[in-house]
Amino acid sequence: MNIYVALKQTFDTEEKIVVEGGKIKEDGVRFVMNPYDEYAVEEAIKLRDEHGGTVTVVTIGPERAQEALRTALAMGADEAVHITDEVAFGDEFTASTVLAKYFADKNADIILCGNMAVDNGSGQTAIRLAELLNIAHVGTITKLEISGTDVVAHRDAEGDVEVVGAKLPLLVTCQQGLNDPRYPSLIGIRKANKKPLENPSAGDLGVDAGAVAAKSKVVETFLPPAKEGGRILAGDNAERVKELVSLLKNEAKVL
Amino acid sequence: MSRNILVLADLRNGGLRNVTFEMLSAAVQAAEGGNVYAAVIAGSAAGVTDTLAHYGATKVFVVENAALENYVPDAYATALEAIIKEANPNVVFLAHSAIGRDLAPKLAARFGAGQVSDIINVELEGGNLVFTRPIYAGKAFTKNVVEGDLLFATVRPNNLTKADADTSRTADVTTLSVELPADSLRTFIKEVVKKSTGGVDLSEAKIIVSGGRGVKSAEGFKPLQELADVLGAAVGASRAACDAEYCDYALQIGQTGKVVTPDLYFAVGISGAIQHLAGMSASKVIVAINKDPEAPIFKVADYGIVGDLFEIVPLLTEELKNVLAE
Repeated sequence: MNIYVALKQTFDTEEKIVVEGGKIKEDGVRFVMNPYDEYAVEEAIKLRDEHGGTVTVVTIGPERAQEALRTALAMGADEAVHITDEVAFGDEFTASTVLAKYFADKNADIILCGNMAVDNGSGQTAIRLAELLNIAHVGTITKLEISGTDVVAHRDAEGDVEVVGAKLPLLVTCQQGLNDPRYPSLIGIRKANKKPLENPSAGDLGVDAGAVAAKSKVVETFLPPAKEGGRILAGDNAERVKELVSLLKNEAKVL
Repeated sequence: MSRNILVLADLRNGGLRNVTFEMLSAAVQAAEGGNVYAAVIAGSAAGVTDTLAHYGATKVFVVENAALENYVPDAYATALEAIIKEANPNVVFLAHSAIGRDLAPKLAARFGAGQVSDIINVELEGGNLVFTRPIYAGKAFTKNVVEGDLLFATVRPNNLTKADADTSRTADVTTLSVELPADSLRTFIKEVVKKSTGGVDLSEAKIIVSGGRGVKSAEGFKPLQELADVLGAAVGASRAACDAEYCDYALQIGQTGKVVTPDLYFAVGISGAIQHLAGMSASKVIVAINKDPEAPIFKVADYGIVGDLFEIVPLLTEELKNVLAE
């Protein structure tokens, strides 16, 4: 089975965000594989172990993003592709168009992605990619079963579960609950450094800078107003509960 | 410069969700005198078109088909593509919901258009639409512009201001017939398993009662559910509670999980890890109940009670029962 994962490196979710000179400060920040992409990598490895084939992980991003690919290789992926060409850095339109060029001749049976990245959180790139490749997609899956070319996936639809039937080739976006991503083993980490990592340029992919230029542009980045700690209520439990309800009703007016 | 805006009605179990009215109200402002259209894609659109007119749609485009009973990306994309080609809008609003967030990027790619996701505000600046959206799950925000004659935006529920309904308004209804043969649809729904508790949807809930590690067990969520029932609230959870299997991941609120902005948020037995705060700190009023006075959650809470949640929550439920009955 020809298995692919498109992933992204993001800030660790425990990082605080600092804005400096109108931009998010990256110095000293710990970067990790986007948590939702970990589910995709784990599921890809499980599919390979069950059905045979190879797992190729693909990312677009600066040099530092190689670390996320190495993590995926250490988990058990077979090959990595790192697109570092700045032409590929733009918005979701840009990323999906570049990835579609990469995937055009790959005959992927399945492409797995996170359902969104925890940085921009727009959840567009994977679904755009499926549309551009003219393959079907199932979003926010929590279960995946493949037999031959038949696929059954559970889709998380705001708490309800839709049991979805589909056929390969297919793109899925992975939701929490799909699996428990493994930690890379020491042997895995050692092996990862010897696994192939390709570095195609925009030219290699046939990407024309003008055709992938971003459609959306950030004009301002800002932090929410800092919240001040509120009132800690005093008294015994019964008094505090009475006071709280009264405050919610009369001061905050939310009841 | 006026523009035409198409709003896809967000339906759940055949009813219009509130975010639909929020989108229409915003569209009326943002159109600057242009047309505001609504689109209804459903198994049956019975009874919703009048309400769409009351909130500002002058024309409603309807695609009704048995194949649209459940959300299937290929079917919904074909239907919305047909409506867009007929209505020829400059902007398409969809809810940032299970359907909208899945459908919008598919259509944006099909039309080669830009999209801005999960917006919480739209303003006019120098004749351009400027969209505000959270990044890092609300740890920061960006303002964005999108170029092109057609753009897509998905809208977060509970954020745009809903105008009052004007029941004297009417709209022309245009029904488009779209062929959706089963063999043209590459995915199909075998079954839908309803899991949502009490029917209150986290993303649209006005009040949320959330539990964390301090709740200690699945059983420990019972008093929270009882509190939620009295308030007509939804129940949520922190990642720690989900990881400990006290509850389903569908309830998780945070940077991984759902981002929510209710009017009132109860954080019960939740310490307030950064990743959780990202998902809820934009709530209008926050109440924290925690036995640790040093818990970071108290730094974002409007009202805090330091104490044992298993004593306080049942008392709170009783008190609310009394007060709300008055």
